[in-house]
Amino acid sequence: MKGTPFEKKALDNVSMELKKGEFAALIGHTGSGKSTLVQHLNGLLKQDEGQLNVAGLETKGRDLKELRKKVGIVFQYPEHQLFEETVYKDIEFGLLKQNIPDEERRKRILDTAAIMEISESMLHKSPYEISGGQKRRAAIAGILVLEPEILVLDEPAAGLDPSGTRELFDIVTSLYREKKITVILVSHSMELVGDYASRIIVMNKGRIEHDGTPSEVFGMGNKLEEIGLGVPQITKLMARLNEYYPEIARDVYTIEDAQRIIGGILRRGR
Amino acid sequence: MIRNITLGQYLPGTSAIHRADPRTKIIMTISFMVVLFIVNSIWALIAALVFVAAVFLISGISFKYAIRGMKPVLYIIIFTTVLNMFFTDGNVLLRLGPARITEEGLILAAVVSLRVFLLIASASIMTYTTTPITLTDGIEKLMGPLKVIKFPVHEMAMMMTIALRFIPTLIDETDKIMKAQAARGADIGTGNLLQRARSFIPVLIPLFVSSFRRADDLAVAMESRCYRGSEGRTSMRILKFKGLDVAILGIFIIICAGILLVHYLI
Repeated sequence: MKGTPFEKKALDNVSMELKKGEFAALIGHTGSGKSTLVQHLNGLLKQDEGQLNVAGLETKGRDLKELRKKVGIVFQYPEHQLFEETVYKDIEFGLLKQNIPDEERRKRILDTAAIMEISESMLHKSPYEISGGQKRRAAIAGILVLEPEILVLDEPAAGLDPSGTRELFDIVTSLYREKKITVILVSHSMELVGDYASRIIVMNKGRIEHDGTPSEVFGMGNKLEEIGLGVPQITKLMARLNEYYPEIARDVYTIEDAQRIIGGILRRGR
Repeated sequence: MIRNITLGQYLPGTSAIHRADPRTKIIMTISFMVVLFIVNSIWALIAALVFVAAVFLISGISFKYAIRGMKPVLYIIIFTTVLNMFFTDGNVLLRLGPARITEEGLILAAVVSLRVFLLIASASIMTYTTTPITLTDGIEKLMGPLKVIKFPVHEMAMMMTIALRFIPTLIDETDKIMKAQAARGADIGTGNLLQRARSFIPVLIPLFVSSFRRADDLAVAMESRCYRGSEGRTSMRILKFKGLDVAILGIFIIICAGILLVHYLI
Protein backbone atom coordinates (compact mmCIF):
# COMPACT_ATOMS: atom_id res chain seq x y z
CA MET A 1 0.00 0.00 0.00
CA LYS A 2 2.90 2.29 -0.66
CA GLY A 3 1.97 5.86 -1.54
CA THR A 4 -1.63 5.61 -0.33
CA PRO A 5 -3.26 7.16 2.73
CA PHE A 6 -3.12 3.65 4.24
CA GLU A 7 0.65 3.41 4.16
CA LYS A 8 2.15 2.25 7.44
CA LYS A 9 5.55 1.20 8.56
CA ALA A 10 5.12 -2.37 9.73
CA LEU A 11 8.71 -3.13 10.60
CA ASP A 12 11.19 -0.55 11.75
CA ASN A 13 14.87 -1.00 12.47
CA VAL A 14 14.63 -4.75 12.98
CA SER A 15 18.02 -6.32 13.24
CA MET A 16 18.70 -9.85 14.36
CA GLU A 17 20.57 -13.00 13.63
CA LEU A 18 19.29 -16.53 13.98
CA LYS A 19 21.66 -19.44 14.25
CA LYS A 20 21.17 -22.77 12.58
CA GLY A 21 19.40 -25.24 14.84
CA GLU A 22 17.83 -22.68 17.15
CA PHE A 23 14.31 -22.95 18.53
CA ALA A 24 13.32 -19.32 18.65
CA ALA A 25 9.98 -17.83 19.58
CA LEU A 26 8.61 -14.58 18.27
CA ILE A 27 6.12 -12.98 20.63
CA GLY A 28 4.29 -9.70 20.48
CA HIS A 29 0.94 -8.01 20.68
CA THR A 30 -1.47 -8.23 17.71
CA GLY A 31 -0.16 -5.95 14.99
CA SER A 32 3.37 -5.85 16.36
CA GLY A 33 4.80 -7.07 13.08
CA LYS A 34 5.44 -10.74 13.88
CA SER A 35 3.62 -12.15 10.87
CA THR A 36 5.07 -9.47 8.62
CA LEU A 37 8.58 -10.32 9.73
CA VAL A 38 7.98 -14.02 9.19
CA GLN A 39 6.69 -13.50 5.65
CA HIS A 40 9.93 -11.81 4.72
CA LEU A 41 11.83 -14.99 5.50
CA ASN A 42 10.78 -16.74 2.30
CA GLY A 43 10.29 -13.72 0.11
CA LEU A 44 6.48 -13.54 0.24
CA LEU A 45 6.98 -9.95 1.28
CA LYS A 46 9.99 -7.93 0.29
CA GLN A 47 11.52 -5.22 2.40
CA ASP A 48 11.68 -1.68 1.05
CA GLU A 49 14.90 -0.95 2.87
CA GLY A 50 17.61 -3.05 4.42
CA GLN A 51 18.96 -6.52 3.83
CA LEU A 52 17.91 -10.02 4.69
CA ASN A 53 19.86 -13.19 4.19
CA VAL A 54 18.27 -16.54 4.80
CA ALA A 55 20.32 -19.70 4.55
CA GLY A 56 22.87 -17.91 2.38
CA LEU A 57 20.28 -16.53 -0.04
CA GLU A 58 19.38 -12.87 -0.46
CA THR A 59 15.58 -12.80 -0.13
CA LYS A 60 15.23 -10.09 -2.72
CA GLY A 61 17.18 -12.18 -5.21
CA ARG A 62 15.82 -14.30 -8.00
CA ASP A 63 16.19 -17.67 -6.27
CA LEU A 64 12.72 -17.58 -4.75
CA LYS A 65 12.14 -21.25 -5.51
CA GLU A 66 15.35 -22.27 -3.81
CA LEU A 67 14.51 -20.04 -0.85
CA ARG A 68 11.02 -21.47 -0.46
CA LYS A 69 12.46 -24.97 -0.54
CA LYS A 70 14.59 -24.12 2.47
CA VAL A 71 12.05 -22.13 4.47
CA GLY A 72 8.74 -23.82 5.24
CA ILE A 73 6.05 -21.56 6.63
CA VAL A 74 2.99 -23.00 8.33
CA PHE A 75 0.46 -20.18 8.39
CA GLN A 76 -2.29 -19.63 10.92
CA TYR A 77 -5.12 -22.08 10.30
CA PRO A 78 -3.14 -23.99 7.67
CA GLU A 79 -6.11 -26.31 7.11
CA HIS A 80 -7.69 -23.51 5.09
CA GLN A 81 -5.22 -24.17 2.30
CA LEU A 82 -6.23 -27.80 1.69
CA PHE A 83 -7.76 -28.24 -1.73
CA GLU A 84 -6.96 -31.62 -3.32
CA GLU A 85 -9.28 -34.61 -3.62
CA THR A 86 -7.37 -36.64 -1.07
CA VAL A 87 -5.06 -35.89 1.80
CA TYR A 88 -2.32 -37.81 -0.03
CA LYS A 89 -2.58 -35.60 -3.11
CA ASP A 90 -2.59 -32.49 -0.99
CA ILE A 91 0.63 -33.46 0.77
CA GLU A 92 2.06 -34.28 -2.67
CA PHE A 93 1.33 -30.78 -4.07
CA GLY A 94 4.61 -29.12 -3.06
CA LEU A 95 6.67 -32.15 -4.11
CA LEU A 96 5.14 -32.12 -7.60
CA LYS A 97 6.10 -28.48 -7.91
CA GLN A 98 9.69 -29.44 -7.13
CA ASN A 99 9.71 -32.22 -9.77
CA ILE A 100 10.69 -34.94 -7.36
CA PRO A 101 10.71 -38.48 -8.90
CA ASP A 102 7.77 -40.82 -8.23
CA GLU A 103 9.55 -43.27 -5.95
CA GLU A 104 11.04 -40.68 -3.64
CA ARG A 105 7.81 -38.70 -3.58
CA ARG A 106 5.88 -41.69 -2.37
CA LYS A 107 8.45 -42.50 0.28
CA ARG A 108 8.57 -38.97 1.59
CA ILE A 109 4.79 -38.68 1.79
CA LEU A 110 4.45 -41.95 3.69
CA ASP A 111 7.30 -41.01 6.05
CA THR A 112 5.82 -37.61 6.79
CA ALA A 113 2.36 -39.09 7.26
CA ALA A 114 3.83 -41.48 9.81
CA ILE A 115 5.53 -38.63 11.67
CA MET A 116 2.33 -36.57 11.70
CA GLU A 117 0.31 -39.63 12.77
CA ILE A 118 -1.83 -39.67 9.67
CA SER A 119 -3.12 -43.18 9.08
CA GLU A 120 -3.09 -44.98 5.73
CA SER A 121 -6.88 -44.82 5.47
CA MET A 122 -6.92 -41.11 6.26
CA LEU A 123 -4.48 -40.46 3.40
CA HIS A 124 -7.12 -41.55 0.93
CA LYS A 125 -9.96 -39.55 2.40
CA SER A 126 -10.97 -36.10 1.21
CA PRO A 127 -9.44 -33.34 3.31
CA TYR A 128 -12.97 -32.07 3.84
CA GLU A 129 -14.24 -35.14 5.63
CA ILE A 130 -11.66 -35.44 8.40
CA SER A 131 -11.73 -33.68 11.76
CA GLY A 132 -10.26 -30.26 12.53
CA GLY A 133 -7.17 -31.54 14.32
CA GLN A 134 -6.54 -34.07 11.56
CA LYS A 135 -6.87 -31.33 8.93
CA ARG A 136 -4.29 -29.29 10.79
CA ARG A 137 -1.87 -32.22 10.86
CA ALA A 138 -2.46 -32.94 7.16
CA ALA A 139 -1.77 -29.32 6.26
CA ILE A 140 1.41 -29.23 8.32
CA ALA A 141 2.48 -32.48 6.67
CA GLY A 142 2.19 -30.69 3.33
CA ILE A 143 4.96 -28.34 4.48
CA LEU A 144 7.10 -30.88 6.35
CA VAL A 145 7.21 -33.20 3.34
CA LEU A 146 9.29 -30.55 1.58
CA GLU A 147 11.96 -31.08 4.27
CA PRO A 148 12.62 -27.42 5.04
CA GLU A 149 15.78 -26.43 6.89
CA ILE A 150 13.91 -23.65 8.62
CA LEU A 151 10.39 -24.27 9.85
CA VAL A 152 8.23 -21.29 10.72
CA LEU A 153 5.04 -21.94 12.67
CA ASP A 154 2.58 -19.05 12.91
CA GLU A 155 0.21 -19.68 15.84
CA PRO A 156 0.17 -23.41 15.17
CA ALA A 157 -1.98 -24.15 18.21
CA ALA A 158 -4.79 -21.68 17.46
CA GLY A 159 -8.10 -23.51 17.81
CA LEU A 160 -6.58 -26.80 18.97
CA ASP A 161 -7.47 -28.40 22.28
CA PRO A 162 -4.74 -28.87 24.94
CA SER A 163 -4.02 -32.48 24.02
CA GLY A 164 -3.90 -31.66 20.31
CA THR A 165 -1.51 -28.82 21.07
CA ARG A 166 0.75 -31.06 23.11
CA GLU A 167 0.80 -33.75 20.42
CA LEU A 168 1.68 -31.20 17.76
CA PHE A 169 4.50 -29.70 19.79
CA ASP A 170 5.89 -33.09 20.71
CA ILE A 171 6.15 -33.84 17.00
CA VAL A 172 7.80 -30.50 16.29
CA THR A 173 10.31 -30.88 19.12
CA SER A 174 11.29 -34.37 18.06
CA LEU A 175 11.77 -33.14 14.48
CA TYR A 176 13.86 -30.28 15.81
CA ARG A 177 16.05 -32.66 17.80
CA GLU A 178 16.42 -35.40 15.19
CA LYS A 179 16.71 -33.41 11.98
CA LYS A 180 18.48 -30.40 13.49
CA ILE A 181 16.15 -27.95 11.77
CA THR A 182 15.74 -24.35 12.85
CA VAL A 183 12.31 -23.62 14.27
CA ILE A 184 10.71 -20.21 14.56
CA LEU A 185 7.51 -20.18 16.58
CA VAL A 186 5.14 -17.24 16.44
CA SER A 187 2.71 -17.34 19.32
CA HIS A 188 0.58 -15.52 21.84
CA SER A 189 0.75 -18.30 24.35
CA MET A 190 3.47 -17.60 26.87
CA GLU A 191 3.12 -21.09 28.31
CA LEU A 192 3.92 -22.71 24.96
CA VAL A 193 6.79 -20.37 24.32
CA GLY A 194 8.21 -20.96 27.78
CA ASP A 195 7.91 -24.72 27.44
CA TYR A 196 9.57 -25.12 24.07
CA ALA A 197 11.68 -22.18 22.92
CA SER A 198 15.32 -21.64 23.82
CA ARG A 199 15.31 -18.03 22.72
CA ILE A 200 12.57 -15.40 22.79
CA ILE A 201 12.34 -12.34 20.59
CA VAL A 202 9.81 -9.79 21.81
CA MET A 203 8.32 -7.50 19.19
CA ASN A 204 6.46 -4.27 19.85
CA LYS A 205 5.16 -1.79 17.25
CA GLY A 206 7.42 -3.14 14.53
CA ARG A 207 10.58 -3.06 16.62
CA ILE A 208 12.47 -5.69 18.54
CA GLU A 209 11.87 -4.86 22.19
CA HIS A 210 13.89 -7.62 23.70
CA ASP A 211 15.85 -10.67 22.60
CA GLY A 212 17.08 -13.26 25.05
CA THR A 213 16.60 -16.54 26.84
CA PRO A 214 13.18 -17.35 28.33
CA SER A 215 14.34 -16.64 31.87
CA GLU A 216 15.73 -13.24 30.82
CA VAL A 217 12.56 -12.28 29.00
CA PHE A 218 10.07 -13.59 31.55
CA GLY A 219 12.18 -12.07 34.35
CA MET A 220 11.12 -8.68 32.98
CA GLY A 221 7.59 -9.29 34.25
CA ASN A 222 5.92 -5.88 34.30
CA LYS A 223 7.69 -4.62 31.23
CA LEU A 224 6.10 -7.39 29.20
CA GLU A 225 2.68 -6.49 30.54
CA GLU A 226 3.19 -2.87 29.54
CA ILE A 227 3.41 -3.87 25.87
CA GLY A 228 0.29 -6.01 26.09
CA LEU A 229 1.94 -9.35 26.75
CA GLY A 230 2.09 -11.43 29.87
CA VAL A 231 4.24 -14.04 31.48
CA PRO A 232 3.32 -17.70 31.99
CA GLN A 233 0.91 -18.31 34.87
CA ILE A 234 3.61 -20.15 36.77
CA THR A 235 5.99 -17.17 36.52
CA LYS A 236 3.24 -14.97 37.98
CA LEU A 237 2.80 -17.38 40.87
CA MET A 238 6.52 -17.48 41.55
CA ALA A 239 6.73 -13.68 41.48
CA ARG A 240 3.96 -13.51 44.10
CA LEU A 241 5.68 -16.12 46.25
CA ASN A 242 8.90 -14.12 45.93
CA GLU A 243 7.25 -11.38 48.01
CA TYR A 244 7.09 -13.78 50.96
CA TYR A 245 10.11 -15.96 50.26
CA PRO A 246 12.83 -13.78 48.75
CA GLU A 247 14.90 -16.85 47.94
CA ILE A 248 12.41 -17.84 45.22
CA ALA A 249 13.60 -16.73 41.79
CA ARG A 250 11.27 -14.53 39.71
CA ASP A 251 12.35 -15.90 36.37
CA VAL A 252 10.97 -19.44 36.61
CA TYR A 253 8.82 -20.36 33.62
CA THR A 254 8.33 -24.10 33.63
CA ILE A 255 6.16 -26.08 36.00
CA GLU A 256 8.96 -28.61 36.57
CA ASP A 257 11.36 -25.94 37.86
CA ALA A 258 8.69 -24.40 40.04
CA GLN A 259 7.86 -27.79 41.49
CA ARG A 260 11.51 -28.37 42.35
CA ILE A 261 11.95 -24.96 44.01
CA ILE A 262 8.70 -25.00 46.00
CA GLY A 263 9.29 -28.62 46.98
CA GLY A 264 12.75 -27.68 48.23
CA ILE A 265 11.38 -24.92 50.43
CA LEU A 266 8.57 -27.08 51.79
CA ARG A 267 10.98 -29.84 52.73
CA ARG A 268 13.27 -27.37 54.46
CA GLY A 269 10.29 -25.88 56.31
CA ARG A 270 9.51 -29.18 57.95
CA MET B 1 -0.67 -9.12 -3.76
CA ILE B 2 -4.13 -8.03 -4.85
CA ARG B 3 -4.60 -5.19 -2.41
CA ASN B 4 -3.79 -2.50 -4.92
CA ILE B 5 -7.39 -1.97 -5.99
CA THR B 6 -8.17 1.47 -4.62
CA LEU B 7 -10.97 2.62 -6.93
CA GLY B 8 -14.16 2.99 -4.94
CA GLN B 9 -12.67 2.46 -1.52
CA TYR B 10 -14.09 4.60 1.28
CA LEU B 11 -11.68 7.21 2.64
CA PRO B 12 -12.67 8.55 6.05
CA GLY B 13 -13.12 12.29 6.33
CA THR B 14 -15.28 15.05 7.78
CA SER B 15 -15.87 17.32 4.76
CA ALA B 16 -19.33 18.59 3.79
CA ILE B 17 -19.43 15.90 1.10
CA HIS B 18 -18.69 13.21 3.67
CA ARG B 19 -21.42 14.48 5.98
CA ALA B 20 -24.13 14.79 3.34
CA ASP B 21 -26.97 12.28 3.29
CA PRO B 22 -26.22 9.26 1.08
CA ARG B 23 -29.51 9.81 -0.78
CA THR B 24 -28.36 13.31 -1.73
CA LYS B 25 -25.13 11.88 -3.06
CA ILE B 26 -26.82 9.08 -4.99
CA ILE B 27 -29.35 11.44 -6.58
CA MET B 28 -26.61 13.91 -7.47
CA THR B 29 -24.34 11.26 -8.95
CA ILE B 30 -27.10 9.81 -11.12
CA SER B 31 -28.32 13.20 -12.34
CA PHE B 32 -24.78 14.32 -13.01
CA MET B 33 -24.29 11.24 -15.17
CA VAL B 34 -27.44 12.06 -17.12
CA VAL B 35 -26.15 15.61 -17.64
CA LEU B 36 -22.84 14.18 -18.87
CA PHE B 37 -24.67 12.14 -21.50
CA ILE B 38 -26.81 15.07 -22.63
CA VAL B 39 -23.97 17.49 -23.25
CA ASN B 40 -21.59 16.87 -26.12
CA SER B 41 -19.88 20.21 -26.50
CA ILE B 42 -16.32 20.25 -25.34
CA TRP B 43 -16.79 23.50 -23.40
CA ALA B 44 -19.65 22.14 -21.33
CA LEU B 45 -17.54 19.09 -20.49
CA ILE B 46 -14.63 21.28 -19.46
CA ALA B 47 -17.02 23.16 -17.16
CA ALA B 48 -18.09 19.80 -15.71
CA LEU B 49 -14.43 18.87 -15.26
CA VAL B 50 -13.82 22.05 -13.26
CA PHE B 51 -16.86 21.22 -11.12
CA VAL B 52 -15.66 17.66 -10.41
CA ALA B 53 -12.18 18.95 -9.56
CA ALA B 54 -13.75 21.43 -7.14
CA VAL B 55 -15.73 18.66 -5.46
CA PHE B 56 -12.54 16.62 -5.06
CA LEU B 57 -10.88 19.65 -3.46
CA ILE B 58 -13.77 20.15 -1.03
CA SER B 59 -13.86 16.47 -0.07
CA GLY B 60 -10.14 16.55 0.69
CA ILE B 61 -9.25 13.52 -1.43
CA SER B 62 -5.86 13.93 -3.07
CA PHE B 63 -5.90 14.07 -6.88
CA LYS B 64 -2.84 11.86 -7.01
CA TYR B 65 -4.60 9.12 -5.08
CA ALA B 66 -7.76 9.38 -7.19
CA ILE B 67 -5.83 9.22 -10.47
CA ARG B 68 -3.82 6.24 -9.24
CA GLY B 69 -7.06 4.44 -8.45
CA MET B 70 -8.33 5.16 -11.95
CA LYS B 71 -5.25 3.80 -13.69
CA PRO B 72 -6.89 0.66 -15.15
CA VAL B 73 -9.69 2.82 -16.57
CA LEU B 74 -7.22 5.31 -18.01
CA TYR B 75 -5.92 2.64 -20.39
CA ILE B 76 -9.41 2.16 -21.80
CA ILE B 77 -9.77 5.92 -22.17
CA ILE B 78 -6.46 6.17 -24.03
CA PHE B 79 -7.47 3.30 -26.32
CA THR B 80 -10.79 4.87 -27.31
CA THR B 81 -9.13 8.27 -27.73
CA VAL B 82 -6.64 6.84 -30.21
CA LEU B 83 -9.38 5.00 -32.13
CA ASN B 84 -11.54 8.14 -32.32
CA MET B 85 -8.62 10.26 -33.40
CA PHE B 86 -7.73 8.12 -36.41
CA PHE B 87 -11.05 6.75 -37.56
CA THR B 88 -13.29 9.79 -37.84
CA ASP B 89 -13.94 11.37 -41.24
CA GLY B 90 -13.72 15.11 -41.75
CA ASN B 91 -11.33 17.98 -42.09
CA VAL B 92 -7.85 16.41 -42.36
CA LEU B 93 -5.25 18.08 -40.15
CA LEU B 94 -2.35 15.65 -40.36
CA ARG B 95 -1.39 12.74 -42.58
CA LEU B 96 0.94 9.92 -41.51
CA GLY B 97 1.03 7.48 -44.40
CA PRO B 98 -2.39 5.79 -44.54
CA ALA B 99 -3.40 7.18 -41.14
CA ARG B 100 -4.83 10.67 -40.80
CA ILE B 101 -5.99 12.87 -37.98
CA THR B 102 -9.07 14.99 -38.56
CA GLU B 103 -10.32 18.01 -36.70
CA GLU B 104 -13.64 16.29 -36.00
CA GLY B 105 -11.80 13.19 -34.80
CA LEU B 106 -9.73 15.21 -32.39
CA ILE B 107 -12.80 16.89 -30.90
CA LEU B 108 -14.76 13.64 -30.70
CA ALA B 109 -11.81 11.94 -28.99
CA ALA B 110 -11.61 14.73 -26.44
CA VAL B 111 -15.38 14.65 -25.80
CA VAL B 112 -15.59 10.88 -25.40
CA SER B 113 -12.53 10.53 -23.18
CA LEU B 114 -13.56 13.47 -20.99
CA ARG B 115 -17.03 12.00 -20.62
CA VAL B 116 -15.80 8.55 -19.61
CA PHE B 117 -13.28 10.10 -17.24
CA LEU B 118 -15.93 12.30 -15.61
CA LEU B 119 -18.43 9.45 -15.31
CA ILE B 120 -15.94 7.38 -13.34
CA ALA B 121 -14.57 10.31 -11.35
CA SER B 122 -18.05 11.40 -10.23
CA ALA B 123 -19.06 7.88 -9.23
CA SER B 124 -15.82 7.43 -7.34
CA ILE B 125 -16.37 10.64 -5.36
CA MET B 126 -19.55 9.04 -4.05
CA THR B 127 -17.82 5.84 -2.96
CA TYR B 128 -14.73 7.64 -1.66
CA THR B 129 -16.88 9.75 0.68
CA THR B 130 -19.63 7.30 1.70
CA THR B 131 -19.25 4.13 3.70
CA PRO B 132 -20.71 1.13 1.85
CA ILE B 133 -23.19 0.60 4.65
CA THR B 134 -24.64 4.13 4.46
CA LEU B 135 -24.66 3.82 0.70
CA THR B 136 -26.89 0.73 0.80
CA ASP B 137 -29.06 2.40 3.42
CA GLY B 138 -29.55 5.24 0.98
CA ILE B 139 -30.33 2.87 -1.89
CA GLU B 140 -32.85 1.01 0.27
CA LYS B 141 -34.63 4.24 1.17
CA LEU B 142 -34.61 5.52 -2.40
CA MET B 143 -36.04 2.24 -3.71
CA GLY B 144 -38.64 2.15 -0.94
CA PRO B 145 -41.57 3.01 -3.24
CA LEU B 146 -40.92 -0.22 -5.21
CA LYS B 147 -42.26 -2.18 -2.22
CA VAL B 148 -45.71 -1.37 -3.55
CA ILE B 149 -45.14 -3.73 -6.48
CA LYS B 150 -43.80 -6.43 -4.08
CA PHE B 151 -40.18 -5.84 -5.03
CA PRO B 152 -37.99 -7.20 -2.17
CA VAL B 153 -36.18 -3.91 -1.52
CA HIS B 154 -34.97 -4.76 1.96
CA GLU B 155 -33.64 -8.15 0.94
CA MET B 156 -31.81 -6.59 -2.01
CA ALA B 157 -30.24 -3.98 0.25
CA MET B 158 -29.26 -6.63 2.79
CA MET B 159 -27.62 -8.72 0.08
CA MET B 160 -25.70 -5.69 -1.14
CA THR B 161 -24.59 -4.86 2.38
CA ILE B 162 -23.38 -8.39 2.95
CA ALA B 163 -21.63 -8.54 -0.42
CA LEU B 164 -19.86 -5.23 0.21
CA ARG B 165 -19.01 -6.16 3.75
CA PHE B 166 -17.27 -9.33 2.62
CA ILE B 167 -15.16 -7.87 -0.17
CA PRO B 168 -12.25 -6.93 2.11
CA THR B 169 -12.60 -10.22 3.99
CA LEU B 170 -12.39 -12.19 0.78
CA ILE B 171 -9.45 -10.14 -0.46
CA ASP B 172 -7.62 -10.88 2.79
CA GLU B 173 -8.52 -14.52 2.52
CA THR B 174 -7.34 -14.74 -1.10
CA ASP B 175 -4.11 -13.05 -0.17
CA LYS B 176 -3.56 -15.49 2.67
CA ILE B 177 -4.30 -18.57 0.60
CA MET B 178 -2.12 -17.34 -2.27
CA LYS B 179 0.73 -16.86 0.14
CA ALA B 180 0.21 -20.24 1.75
CA GLN B 181 0.25 -21.99 -1.63
CA ALA B 182 3.22 -19.93 -2.83
CA ALA B 183 5.07 -21.02 0.29
CA ARG B 184 4.49 -24.62 -0.85
CA GLY B 185 6.00 -23.82 -4.23
CA ALA B 186 2.96 -22.92 -6.31
CA ASP B 187 3.61 -20.38 -9.05
CA ILE B 188 0.35 -18.51 -9.36
CA GLY B 189 -0.31 -16.62 -12.56
CA THR B 190 2.76 -17.71 -14.51
CA GLY B 191 3.30 -19.83 -17.60
CA ASN B 192 1.02 -20.09 -20.63
CA LEU B 193 -2.71 -19.48 -20.54
CA LEU B 194 -3.66 -23.05 -19.61
CA GLN B 195 -1.00 -23.32 -16.90
CA ARG B 196 -2.07 -19.97 -15.57
CA ALA B 197 -5.72 -20.99 -15.35
CA ARG B 198 -4.74 -24.25 -13.65
CA SER B 199 -2.48 -22.48 -11.20
CA PHE B 200 -5.51 -20.75 -9.71
CA ILE B 201 -7.20 -24.02 -8.70
CA PRO B 202 -5.26 -24.29 -5.40
CA VAL B 203 -6.46 -20.78 -4.55
CA LEU B 204 -10.04 -20.97 -5.79
CA ILE B 205 -11.08 -24.23 -4.16
CA PRO B 206 -10.13 -23.23 -0.60
CA LEU B 207 -11.64 -19.79 -1.26
CA PHE B 208 -14.98 -21.29 -2.33
CA VAL B 209 -15.00 -23.65 0.61
CA SER B 210 -14.34 -20.87 3.08
CA SER B 211 -16.95 -18.61 1.43
CA PHE B 212 -19.61 -21.26 1.84
CA ARG B 213 -18.55 -21.82 5.43
CA ARG B 214 -18.74 -18.09 6.08
CA ALA B 215 -22.17 -17.83 4.46
CA ASP B 216 -23.41 -20.69 6.58
CA ASP B 217 -21.99 -19.17 9.77
CA LEU B 218 -23.50 -15.81 8.92
CA ALA B 219 -26.93 -17.33 8.26
CA VAL B 220 -26.85 -19.10 11.62
CA ALA B 221 -25.74 -15.91 13.36
CA MET B 222 -28.51 -13.91 11.70
CA GLU B 223 -31.19 -16.42 12.56
CA SER B 224 -30.03 -16.77 16.14
CA ARG B 225 -30.54 -13.01 16.41
CA CYS B 226 -34.07 -13.49 15.10
CA TYR B 227 -33.51 -11.90 11.71
CA ARG B 228 -36.66 -12.40 9.65
CA GLY B 229 -36.37 -9.93 6.83
CA SER B 230 -37.80 -6.45 6.61
CA GLU B 231 -41.08 -6.99 8.45
CA GLY B 232 -41.28 -4.74 11.49
CA ARG B 233 -37.62 -3.93 11.33
CA THR B 234 -36.33 -0.56 12.46
CA SER B 235 -33.05 1.03 11.51
CA MET B 236 -30.16 2.00 13.74
CA ARG B 237 -29.08 4.85 11.51
CA ILE B 238 -32.06 6.96 10.55
CA LEU B 239 -31.34 9.00 7.46
CA LYS B 240 -32.42 12.63 7.64
CA PHE B 241 -32.14 15.40 5.10
CA LYS B 242 -30.44 18.34 6.79
CA GLY B 243 -29.85 21.95 5.89
CA LEU B 244 -26.51 20.85 4.47
CA ASP B 245 -28.23 18.55 1.97
CA VAL B 246 -30.59 21.30 0.82
CA ALA B 247 -27.64 23.66 0.35
CA ILE B 248 -25.58 21.07 -1.54
CA LEU B 249 -28.50 20.09 -3.77
CA GLY B 250 -29.26 23.76 -4.50
CA ILE B 251 -25.69 24.49 -5.54
CA PHE B 252 -25.60 21.27 -7.56
CA ILE B 253 -28.77 22.18 -9.50
CA ILE B 254 -27.41 25.64 -10.33
CA ILE B 255 -24.12 24.15 -11.57
CA CYS B 256 -25.88 21.50 -13.67
CA ALA B 257 -28.11 24.18 -15.16
CA GLY B 258 -24.98 26.18 -15.92
CA ILE B 259 -23.35 23.24 -17.68
CA LEU B 260 -26.50 22.61 -19.74
CA LEU B 261 -26.66 26.30 -20.58
CA VAL B 262 -23.07 26.21 -21.86
CA HIS B 263 -24.04 23.19 -23.97
CA TYR B 264 -27.10 24.82 -25.55
CA LEU B 265 -25.64 28.31 -25.98
CA ILE B 266 -22.21 27.54 -27.41
